[in-house]
Amino acid sequence: MSETLLKVDNLGITFGGLKAVQKVNMHLDRGELIGLIGPNGAGKTTTFNMLTGVYTPTEGAIVFNGTSIAGLDPYKVTRGGISRTFQNIRLFKELSVLDNVKVANHGLAKHNLLSSIFRLPTHFKGEAKMERESLSFLKIFGLDIYKDELAKNLPYGMQRRLEIARALAAGPRLLLLDEPAAGMNPQETRDLMELIAFIRKEFDLTILLIEHDMHLVMGICERIYVLDHGQLIADGTPTEIRNNPKVIEAYLGEEVTE
Amino acid sequence: MKKSKVFWGYIVLALVIYAVVQLLINSGTVNFYYENMLITICINIMLAVSLHLVIGITGQFSIGHAGFMAIGAYLSAIGTMKLEMPFITAILLGAVVAALAGLLVGIPSLRLKGDYLAIATLGFAEIIRIVFLNIDYVGGAAGLQIMRQSSWGYAFFAVVITILVIANFTKSRHGRACIAIREDEIAADAMGINTTYYKVVAFVIGSFFAGVAGAVYAHNFYIIQPTTFGFLKSFDILILVVLGGLGSLSGSVLAAIFLTVVTTYLQGFPETRMIIYSLVLIIVMLYRPTGLLGTKEITDVFKFGKKGGSKL
Repeated sequence: MSETLLKVDNLGITFGGLKAVQKVNMHLDRGELIGLIGPNGAGKTTTFNMLTGVYTPTEGAIVFNGTSIAGLDPYKVTRGGISRTFQNIRLFKELSVLDNVKVANHGLAKHNLLSSIFRLPTHFKGEAKMERESLSFLKIFGLDIYKDELAKNLPYGMQRRLEIARALAAGPRLLLLDEPAAGMNPQETRDLMELIAFIRKEFDLTILLIEHDMHLVMGICERIYVLDHGQLIADGTPTEIRNNPKVIEAYLGEEVTE
Repeated sequence: MKKSKVFWGYIVLALVIYAVVQLLINSGTVNFYYENMLITICINIMLAVSLHLVIGITGQFSIGHAGFMAIGAYLSAIGTMKLEMPFITAILLGAVVAALAGLLVGIPSLRLKGDYLAIATLGFAEIIRIVFLNIDYVGGAAGLQIMRQSSWGYAFFAVVITILVIANFTKSRHGRACIAIREDEIAADAMGINTTYYKVVAFVIGSFFAGVAGAVYAHNFYIIQPTTFGFLKSFDILILVVLGGLGSLSGSVLAAIFLTVVTTYLQGFPETRMIIYSLVLIIVMLYRPTGLLGTKEITDVFKFGKKGGSKL
């Protein structure tokens, strides 16, 4: 039943002499929703950057869907089926909301350069298809009313949503969410949780998410990995993690000994 | 099929402009002096629009555009003067070789960003100029004599094709990919866009049309010399793009027309010419810091009641 989608083996990266992440082992089965938590500077985003090709790991292997993807260019990783959002929102600010999503839809479109330059029928067909698909993603996220607005003019919470919509438009099988609820109020966070659950079912997604909001992580994740100082210190179900002494230590500090 | 109607509308408009001006030229209302100014405007529009694709759309700060113009000029001149090709074929030859040069220069240098890319492209343009300077076959420093073959017709249709191709490119998924690179290269990469490929494509298309502009230019003045294509020429083109508004095609066109007219009229005041020219630039940039049109297009003016979404 469970089919491994992503397998991370002994992953590590060094910047100069600094071992930012080392000996990280993870495996994600198809359809799972997994959390990745840890204190600030634990190496969570660095791990994401290795998974998406932004950094080339100095050791270890990443196998996605049966093929090794460690060190591949980011765009190839995305075409292969992993897409992501960014911790500090990185929308295309001067593009409209709709165009932001269209950009991500780019990899799924077929019409080539010459057909666009000479305005051949394939260009119009391809662009119409992109428009339809992009609009349908916007609808799911309730962003279709803003479609002609510039991305920079959206309210903060909507920008976060647009990031997810954009990541989804790239047609991923594995979605990496880097602090999707950062800066949101409790109501927005609740809506977001529902939305994540919905898209996961709707698009048959596997999701790995970094989050500081423990309520959200404990609420929706099936398993959780905990990073501290670049090393994996625990993994397990939310209840196991909550009671794990190492995790408590990492978050709250060591118990004072006599 | 509303979009294709708009397209044919522009084609008809272009034909009307062509016919009217051609009639005026034939009837002698527009004399040689003004025809020459019109051709210069066309050349500058081509240069501005092709650089707009590289800087305004793709966000790659290249200041070596005159180098590709030089290649277009020299290769087309070789075509007509030495190989006795028809003018059209010579233009194509110049453009294709300029595009190839763009590919050769673009692949290594587009790995660089910002100031570094600017310096690298400037260097490449100087290399191109110095190569021509030292080839005796094309006359070296003395320059190459050319028969005048450019006319309003050639120049105008070259402009129309340039604008059509670049506008079509911009308003497609490919152009959107380029704008995404300009906005945020890391995010564009993460969204599945082959950033290197699109940067090079934009650079090559830009070089191609700089080559066309060079070819038309070469056959409009009876001689071409390497000094014409120095880095000052590159800056002139850059000024057109910035003055028009980075990211605005119609802005580049307007700026090219505006500055060409200003320069032409200032030729009557050789002593104060550059002072006035600089003042015009300063005043425009003070009152329109984002350029004449900002990132907007002139067509946006006609879209009433539509907020934001200026492009695409």
